Amino acid sequence: MAAHLKKRVYEEFTKVVQQQQEEIATKKLRLTKPSKSAALHIDLCKATSPADALQYLLQFARKPVEAESVEGVVRILLEHYYKENDPSVRLKIASLLGLLSKTAGFSPDCIMDDAINILQNEKSHQVLAQLLDTLLAIGTKLPENQAIQMRLVDVACKHLTDTSHGVRNKCLQLLGNLGSLEKSVTKDGEGLAVRDVQKIIGDYFSDQDPRVRTAAIKAMLQLHERGLKLHQTIYNQACKLLSDDYEQVRSAAVQLIWVVSQLYPESIVPIPSSNEEIRLVDDAFGKICHMVSDGSWVVRVQAAKLLGSMEQVSSHFLEQTLDKKLMSDLRRKRTAHERAKELYSSGEFSTGRKWGDDAPKEEIDTGAVNLIESGACGAFVHGLEDEMYEVRIAAVEALCMLAQSSPSFAEKCLDFLVDMFNDEIEEVRLQSIHTMRKISNNITLREDQLDTVLAVLEDSSRDIREALHELLCCTNVSTKEGIHLALVELLKNLTKYPTDRDSIWKCLKFLGSRHPTLVLPLVPELLSTHPFFDTAEPDMDDPAYIAVLVLIFNAAKTCPTMPALFSDHTFRHYAYLRDSLSHLVPALRLPGRKLVSSAVSPSIMPHEDPSHQFLQQSLERVYSLQHLDPQGTQELLELTIRDLQRLGELQSELAGVADFSATYLRCQLLLIKALQEKLWNVAAPLYLKQSDLASAAAKQIMEETYKMEFMYSGVENKQVVIIHHMRLQAKALQLIVTARTTRGVDPLFGMCEKFLQEVDFFQRCFIADLPHLQDSFVDKLLDLMPRLMTSKPVEVVKILQTMLRQSTFLHLPLPEQIHKASATIIEPAGESDNPLRFTSGLVVALDVDATLEHVQDPQSTVKVQVLYPDGQAQMIHPKPADFRNPGPGRHRLITQVYLSHTAWTEPCQVEVRLLLAYNSSSRIPKSPWIEGGEVSPQVETSIEGTIPFSKSVKVYIMPKPARR
Amino acid sequence: MPEIRVTPLGAGQDVGRSCILVSIAGKNVMLDCGMHMGFNDDRRFPDFSYITRSGRLTDFLDCVIISHFHLDHCGALPYFSEMVGYDGPIYMTHPTQAICPILLEDYRKIAVDKKGEANFFTSQMIKDCMKKVVAVHLHQTVQVDDELEIKAYYAGHVLGAAMFQIKVGSESVVYTGDYNMTPDRHLGAAWIDRCRPNLLITESTYATTIRDSKRCRERDFLKKVHEAVERGGKVLIPVFALGRAQELCILLETFWERMNLKAPIYFSTGLTEKANHYYKLFITWTNQKIRKTFVQRNMFEFKHIKAFDRAFADNPGPMVVFATPGMLHAGQSLQIFRKWAGNEKNMVIMPGYCVQGTVGHKILSGQRKLEMEGRQVLEVKMQVEYMSFSAHADAKGIMQLVGQVEPEGVLLVHGEAKKMEFLKQKIEQELRVSCYMPANGETVTLPTSPSIPVGISLGLLKREMAQGLLPDAKKPRLLHGTLIMKDSNFRLVSSEQALKELGLAEHQLRFTCRVHLHDPRKEQETALRVYSHLKRWAPRSFWLGLGRSGARGGSHCASRQRPQGPLRAAPSRWVRDCGVHPHPGCCPLRGPRHQGAAGVLDLPG
Repeated sequence: MAAHLKKRVYEEFTKVVQQQQEEIATKKLRLTKPSKSAALHIDLCKATSPADALQYLLQFARKPVEAESVEGVVRILLEHYYKENDPSVRLKIASLLGLLSKTAGFSPDCIMDDAINILQNEKSHQVLAQLLDTLLAIGTKLPENQAIQMRLVDVACKHLTDTSHGVRNKCLQLLGNLGSLEKSVTKDGEGLAVRDVQKIIGDYFSDQDPRVRTAAIKAMLQLHERGLKLHQTIYNQACKLLSDDYEQVRSAAVQLIWVVSQLYPESIVPIPSSNEEIRLVDDAFGKICHMVSDGSWVVRVQAAKLLGSMEQVSSHFLEQTLDKKLMSDLRRKRTAHERAKELYSSGEFSTGRKWGDDAPKEEIDTGAVNLIESGACGAFVHGLEDEMYEVRIAAVEALCMLAQSSPSFAEKCLDFLVDMFNDEIEEVRLQSIHTMRKISNNITLREDQLDTVLAVLEDSSRDIREALHELLCCTNVSTKEGIHLALVELLKNLTKYPTDRDSIWKCLKFLGSRHPTLVLPLVPELLSTHPFFDTAEPDMDDPAYIAVLVLIFNAAKTCPTMPALFSDHTFRHYAYLRDSLSHLVPALRLPGRKLVSSAVSPSIMPHEDPSHQFLQQSLERVYSLQHLDPQGTQELLELTIRDLQRLGELQSELAGVADFSATYLRCQLLLIKALQEKLWNVAAPLYLKQSDLASAAAKQIMEETYKMEFMYSGVENKQVVIIHHMRLQAKALQLIVTARTTRGVDPLFGMCEKFLQEVDFFQRCFIADLPHLQDSFVDKLLDLMPRLMTSKPVEVVKILQTMLRQSTFLHLPLPEQIHKASATIIEPAGESDNPLRFTSGLVVALDVDATLEHVQDPQSTVKVQVLYPDGQAQMIHPKPADFRNPGPGRHRLITQVYLSHTAWTEPCQVEVRLLLAYNSSSRIPKSPWIEGGEVSPQVETSIEGTIPFSKSVKVYIMPKPARR
Repeated sequence: MPEIRVTPLGAGQDVGRSCILVSIAGKNVMLDCGMHMGFNDDRRFPDFSYITRSGRLTDFLDCVIISHFHLDHCGALPYFSEMVGYDGPIYMTHPTQAICPILLEDYRKIAVDKKGEANFFTSQMIKDCMKKVVAVHLHQTVQVDDELEIKAYYAGHVLGAAMFQIKVGSESVVYTGDYNMTPDRHLGAAWIDRCRPNLLITESTYATTIRDSKRCRERDFLKKVHEAVERGGKVLIPVFALGRAQELCILLETFWERMNLKAPIYFSTGLTEKANHYYKLFITWTNQKIRKTFVQRNMFEFKHIKAFDRAFADNPGPMVVFATPGMLHAGQSLQIFRKWAGNEKNMVIMPGYCVQGTVGHKILSGQRKLEMEGRQVLEVKMQVEYMSFSAHADAKGIMQLVGQVEPEGVLLVHGEAKKMEFLKQKIEQELRVSCYMPANGETVTLPTSPSIPVGISLGLLKREMAQGLLPDAKKPRLLHGTLIMKDSNFRLVSSEQALKELGLAEHQLRFTCRVHLHDPRKEQETALRVYSHLKRWAPRSFWLGLGRSGARGGSHCASRQRPQGPLRAAPSRWVRDCGVHPHPGCCPLRGPRHQGAAGVLDLPG
């Protein structure tokens, strides 16, 4: 029976997939079609009142209908439609028609005639609107059919004069989705049938109902989205709508203006009330800028967002957005920004001690002051000061985008961005810091600006501080005082928030390497060296001292004269730091230094190539030497694994590859070791104990393969095959070991069957890659598959055993970019001796703060695990909002974990660690087969599990019994 | 002629003593009732005798509206209502209602207890006065009587400050009170919808100023305080009890929070504590940030700011103290100032304007040696800083508001004449809106043309609408019908119905005229030519209809097109349609232009 079953399964699997699917579909159809429509028919006939009928329809709508039965259902619905007097039921039927015509695999052209027909006799405006909606659904379903489209457009045009706004809305929507510009006019020659949709829609820009006006603009935008080119004539119409009374109209009009400005940026438009002419994009820019001070914040957000994407605008206009032309009592006043700049250039700092320091200077000609500029004046100044933070964020984003495309604008907007660092809402502050980072290659910070920037370093929000560190990493500073200031502030930050240590060191590393010449004159002061006297040697473990050294060493890398200023102990510290913090301290060429220079510099300076070569070589060595005797192979594997691991530690950019290959080799090593066991030579019952090693190896290989599959980002299909192959081997090993150690055949049946299914699954999934697996375990296995299918478990095991031994070592091709997912828990630090006390049975919140590297989709995969001393484990899913994304490939998890337990007598430690959850079905290429439904998930297609990928941190907690 | 009359009793080309009389469509409204800071004699209150020479104020005024709680807008209220005598309703917003009596009481105390004035209003009078107050919500339309309605909008000047729209029928006036178009740390920006009033009465304190971004000011302020505290100095910030003080508190509080600072901040007790309580209560009147976060934490529940005690001033170490009054002329702030002035580590920050003669003004103008009472000379070594935090709209803000409201006319108050002049010119130039700036006691008369609603039957409207094909919303459209005026009720009906209602039979008038044609051609040919000519020129059937109404799109009844004056004086029963149907064939040479003229016959007076 079992054999028979196996055979059937096997045979079915080898069939062409297409056929199978059809078969299933037809089967279903026969089953469902009559029941569905018939039931509906009966129900509707039964219905005595409109309310009843509505209920039936609502119930019916909850269940999906198959493509084949749609037509029948539609007929029944239409039939009832004609009979029905109640508009609400007709409305529901109309909406159902629309829904049904969206069903995949159903061609709705057959119901179109009916729909249009009933449309003509319909009186209720609501039903009319719904019917038009249905037609829209039909029309969008049949985008190729020109005739239908034209017919629908005709219908829509006819109903445009309806008195109800809902009907007009839908008509316009229909026109927007289906209408065409005079494209077909040229084709037909006469073009009587085809209407110029844009003209028709444009007429409704002045409809009396704001909703219709909005719909008209939306329809126009829809035309644009469908790739039809709008005429420029529309621009003037749209401009008029900017002063509409209704916000949704204004908001849509802003979009339309933006679209036109992108279509015809260079055409010339006249300025009203003067003879001048300007480019359309400039004019549109001015108009949208004006909308930044609109009365409705929705419009303001919209306008501010769109400003960012208008890159063709001329710089003259762009710079006006930051200019507000201050005046006081009719005299021109300089902005605080200008004053700051002036003070800076005159070499004097602001005293601010005098009243009227900002006293206005020159008189203004009253005629020349224009209080409401038609142009772009001060748009961003307003946007950044807006009451709603949504507007402010939009304005900051827009600034960012514009500044990226225009360096001169970047320079100008700097002051404003710096000001945003003091916003009351953290999101806005963060956004502006990020923005600044993005445009940092275009700008150089002045000292006073740097001062303001650095003041934010004391912010209590960690996000802000770290964003700022990132910003400082890529900032250009103009003077050596600036560097000194930055260093001082960073050190202050370090003492205030010691947890920022790593981030600050990294920041100083880049600061140093970017400004070597500015650091140079500061060196004696920073190292507190004295030309004559030896100064005390600073404490090597002081994070602040390390920070200073990191700055100096990184600057010294490109500044060969600097090492001359170092004192003896500096060199010693260099050697120490180079080793302990190699990612922060670069290799230096230190002349005249025997110890450090000779050993390190020549070998490491051109480091990129050799290490990579080394990696390749050692791997090749392994792959070529597979025919060595087992002992030699093992030793070589062990050696290589060790080398790779060390390499990974030394060269961070190769860490992913090295680890990945090392893991693979370790699997191989385990497999070899397991097969070397004596267990295989001795009669089964005797070796219960030794088999532990083999089964443990099998288990470990499985674990490692999951790690390889899910912990590395950038793994390609090629690697996945190899990994699965390795896993298959492990499973085979497991099967053999169990076969050897268990008595009786019954459990083996199930296991064998399962294994064979897995092989089959493997084959199906990776059928394309099989040719690459020549001579491998699976290759041989598949050759013998028919035989295995029919043989008894004991034989299967025997065959497997020989095959495992004979199988060759597969070459693992290395992917281009591979990174290992890793996580570091920053908080809790696990050093505290004070237990966290709480009343047992209640909860205590533990702040967890961790950085995740190279984790794809952390929101769904990363979990927090808490292990209690009694072995109880708890898994916590952090909220998606707890993850931040500070940079590509990096994530930050800041969450709270709730702990609870019954009372303990002593404080004890719980372990907190991060887990990476995986689900194998997500990786495996899906075959349409499995979705077919008939195939039950008999193969374990999805294995869910978790991999711990961070070091666990111990937290001291103490649940106390509740006091009575 | 219907008109709106506006007479400022105070705040006309002046700051302080805001009090404006508005007569609109027969209703009299008084906007604000303030006192003047600069005077101590009769001039400090508006001259209420102007309103009515004899007779009670209550009979004359329909209502009084108070825009916000500052004394120059509400200081004369108890005097006005209790001593002069007014029993009508007084409208103000809820926060104003809550805080106003505190300030009035404080004002009374200073005037009576400190200065020893007699014949001043009493505490009981304040209480009685507040009993006449009707509180309104934002955007709530309050019906004062059958015709007069008022509506409050957010003004953002201080907590509870509001702009008011006063509306009678289709005529309306908007009074802004004091307002601020840029949001600050605790209040949002002023907002009003596009209500298109006949007149906008706006303040113009900063008519000639365009201000710098508030962020620079804030940053400077914080930086100075931070630096002073870091070097161990004490910072004194003299403030007025309400308004700016709360803003500065929030500013410092959030800064302390962000920067993890530990130095204590103190706030002098008394009046402010009560006021803070109201700030906590009226969260809906604050800005977005405070409104959104108050569930977690009310921003006015200060964590770092504690009540001040006299003894604290001598404590060692850095501290920040807010103390009243704001101009350093007396009281606690002056005491603290004297204690701290000698140390150059300390700092005093003046956040507002100081009147000449006060200590505040002296130190701001750079005086370093002050002569105190008793011939003492105080040497000022501490740093003196000036920061302007003011919550009035600047010139750009005023223009922005005018643009937002789209009034037919603007009237400037609450500002200096010279500055108003500039703004007036700008408004007239750029917005093309007439602008007025009356002085105190001067009346501005603004003619209005109120629209008169005319009822029209839906059937007629639809029938007439159906004649045009394309929607043409903004253009007036010609409608034909008969206007019936009956008991100050206007209706537009079809001519058939009008005849029916009046029980009249339809008469047909026929106009004929004789035309001599000198045509050499044959009769038949000539007739044909004339016929074809007519056909070309007068394709539509032309007939005369007299009721004329430019319907605005589909707006229900008639229109912004206002019938001319004489209609008002019309007798109660009137028909204006003769149902004239000239025979098309009878006036053959009438071109289309003539037809138009005939169709739109103006109503004879």
